[in-house]
Amino acid sequence: MSTATVQEPTEVAAPEPFWSRQCRLGLALVLIGALAAAVFGALAPSEDARFTLSEDAEGAALSINGQVGAVLFGLLALAAGGAMLAGLARRRSNVLLSLGILAFVLSFLCWQVAGNFMPLVDTTEGTLQLALPLILGALAGVLGERSGVVNVAIEGQFLMGAFAGALVGTMATSVWAGLISAAVGGVIIAAILAVLSIRYLVDQTVVGMVLNLFALGITGFLYERLMQPDAQTYNTPPQMPEWRIPGLADIPVIGPVLFEANLLVWVALALVVAIHFGLSRTRWGLRTRAVGEHPTAADTVGIRVRGLRYLNVLLGGVVAGIGGAYFTLVATGSFTKNMTAGAGFIALAALIFGRYTPFGALGAALFFGFAQKLATYLSAIESPVPSQFLNMLPYLATLIAVAGLVGRVRAPAADGQPYIKS
Amino acid sequence: MRGITKRFGDLVANDHIDITVEPGEVHALLGENGAGKSTLMNQLYGLLHPDEGQILVNDEPVVFNSPRDAIAAGIGMVHQHFMLVPVFTVAENIALGAEETRGGPLGWLDRRRSRRDVIDTSTKYGLPVDPDALVEDLPVGAQQRVEIVKALTREVDLLILDEPTAVLTPQETEELLAVMRSLTAMGKSIVFITHKLKEVKAIADRITVVRRGRIVGTASPDTSEDELAALMVGRAVSLEVQKAPAEPGAVVLKIDGLVVDDDRGIRAVDGVDLEVRAGEVLGIAGVQGNGQTELVEAVMGLREVRAGSVRLEGDDLIGLSTKKILRSGVGYVPEDRSHDGVVKEFSVAENLVLDMYDSAPYGNAFRVDGGKVGGNARERIEQFDIRCQSADTLVGTLSGGNQQKVVVAREMSRPLRLFIASQPTRGVDVGSIEFIHKQIIHERDQGTAVLVVSSELDEVVGLADRIAVMYRGRILAIVSPDTPREELGLLMAGITGAPAEGEK
Repeated sequence: MSTATVQEPTEVAAPEPFWSRQCRLGLALVLIGALAAAVFGALAPSEDARFTLSEDAEGAALSINGQVGAVLFGLLALAAGGAMLAGLARRRSNVLLSLGILAFVLSFLCWQVAGNFMPLVDTTEGTLQLALPLILGALAGVLGERSGVVNVAIEGQFLMGAFAGALVGTMATSVWAGLISAAVGGVIIAAILAVLSIRYLVDQTVVGMVLNLFALGITGFLYERLMQPDAQTYNTPPQMPEWRIPGLADIPVIGPVLFEANLLVWVALALVVAIHFGLSRTRWGLRTRAVGEHPTAADTVGIRVRGLRYLNVLLGGVVAGIGGAYFTLVATGSFTKNMTAGAGFIALAALIFGRYTPFGALGAALFFGFAQKLATYLSAIESPVPSQFLNMLPYLATLIAVAGLVGRVRAPAADGQPYIKS
Repeated sequence: MRGITKRFGDLVANDHIDITVEPGEVHALLGENGAGKSTLMNQLYGLLHPDEGQILVNDEPVVFNSPRDAIAAGIGMVHQHFMLVPVFTVAENIALGAEETRGGPLGWLDRRRSRRDVIDTSTKYGLPVDPDALVEDLPVGAQQRVEIVKALTREVDLLILDEPTAVLTPQETEELLAVMRSLTAMGKSIVFITHKLKEVKAIADRITVVRRGRIVGTASPDTSEDELAALMVGRAVSLEVQKAPAEPGAVVLKIDGLVVDDDRGIRAVDGVDLEVRAGEVLGIAGVQGNGQTELVEAVMGLREVRAGSVRLEGDDLIGLSTKKILRSGVGYVPEDRSHDGVVKEFSVAENLVLDMYDSAPYGNAFRVDGGKVGGNARERIEQFDIRCQSADTLVGTLSGGNQQKVVVAREMSRPLRLFIASQPTRGVDVGSIEFIHKQIIHERDQGTAVLVVSSELDEVVGLADRIAVMYRGRILAIVSPDTPREELGLLMAGITGAPAEGEK
């Protein structure tokens, strides 16, 4: 063989993978749409489902016949799934997917609400309130994880924030002092996390878990020894006032929810926007993302990798601590042992579900909040669907999301890896 | 740099090194892997701090605490492993660390100005890059241009290039050398770290040879390759692989219409037909990432085959586990040694029986016979010249060349019908390369069919009896090793020569 022979390439037809993500999701939507139309439609009584634009049964309402609505929205979900299966609008398949899921939820609601009423303002407000700590917790996660530090200690930061807020708030009889100390409480946990994981290179997940247990232990201890014996002196924090913005608060549904609210609602929503633009448009954000993706590259252009990670984890502590303040300064009037009850972990789930982005985290937190609110609503109207089942849904959704069904969740490349300078 | 000494524990990586780079020159730093070239330059770039000695820039002594200081002093570095964030755009990567902002405390990025800076620099130096492309989508050659532009936007006077040609095609290498020439013409100095003699001779104004942390000599570019190699290694080495003509026998490995996807589900091997005969070396040449990895993994049962057949002396290999394939007489040197080839935390003796520990004579399903394993290790260490303190030394502490010898020794210690070596000498010193090449030819001469995959053209040409050039998942041509380099280079770039070289 001294001469070159150019081979004719063999044409081989290898089977295309048929079940692409779009097809799988489309099929799933078709199935749940059909289920909704058939089952919900059959079960729904042929009475009006009223969605009132107020906090009770009064006033203007959107209403639809329950049976018709259940079937109609079921078919809509089915159609959205069909469109995905047919390969329509490939670019916007996420829009189709959200549309389909929304239609499914509406179909379910039509069945449940038929012959009854659902106050939209109350539902929306409840959703937002329940989502509030989740939003703040997930944002704390975004700050840490985008710079490469896994923050499993959100729960612990919540607890410390809630405790410190209640304690200092009561003793200083000032809600603002309480809020500031809540932030400090979050920072304390964040600082331990930062030092152990960044300076001493301890496994970040393990440190996070241990910190959660530590926070649970120390707040529980102090609660029993200090707060319980003398609740009047130590555990009756003032509540955060609700502020009303005249004019804007008169918009139906949105007005009373967004513009007649406590400060935390605005803080949380402002932070979502601020962190989003901060990450994408500022020098701090660019460097944060670089440190989370490829710390060595950041180091070789003179960025202080560890310093930036410290900064972001501590900022996350501030945000999560404020999230903890929600529990004592907004939701209830006192601290109780383990009062966060796993909210920090749901926030972590919201962070992943939201693909490590601020707006994604907001959406996920609202979704989880809605599911919780729906569960309380259903038990209030004595629905045949057990509320525990609905309470389970957010976790199921997170599992599905993490498994990659709703688009691959891509964590920052260096997330959880300590940076060791050679 | 004057009297630079750097120690890592007991190891002296740099031992009183003096080196001077003049303005406008290409100064080649030549040495084997692990000789201390990169360590030296990392100190110049502020990533490491010298234990002794001084760095002088324009006769001023300086101390670099971080790359920031080095950049400020006009020193830039392009690392062997690119320091680019894959999910960032080119402009973002170039701006990182020296961001243009619109002022104010917020540090709001001025993306338009960053883009313009990139375009300005890239046109000024003739290095085309697309500022809006995502780095992960770019081929390596383009990523390297991004790295160079990144250094140049920081207005450096001295550019350190650490093994820049390791990942390039011959054509891309030519382009890089041209860029280096134009940079020096504009008065920039370049330190060019490499172990490739041809490139050094082509571009360098001065050559400093480093061996085991010391400067062992300086040379001018007209020194012969053999002399340079002898300086590098410390003894005369033969760069040519000595071998008798092959005596091909029956077909051992037959691949037909093989189709394989990569991890992302993108077609990587797109209909490959190959035959490897007993007693011959078939070399697969090609720029990395053209499906060679996936091809070999598919043959070894490490990757799902989408279509086609792989037969070893008539027996179908597809669907068999990797263990069964190895047991049926296939030796395999994986391309990523530290990841797939050895277990670094295991001793040399244990690594030498990694695929045989559960069968006679080394053990059975329940126990491993330590005595036999140790005996085997002593034998192989002797036979394959593995430089280690003892058979119980952890493999992770050995040099790359000796680690690779452990892998080769293990795979050759069974009776083989087929020997597959992927990048057998990547990150291996010249002395070990020579030895491993000899072993491969020795295996061939015993009648084993050998398949060698390498992105080093020299290696393929030296070893192979026939060369298959792979491009975008296909075998473009099978040629003889005496085909001119230029033609092979063109084939590797996907250009099938115009008069198709006497196509039958």
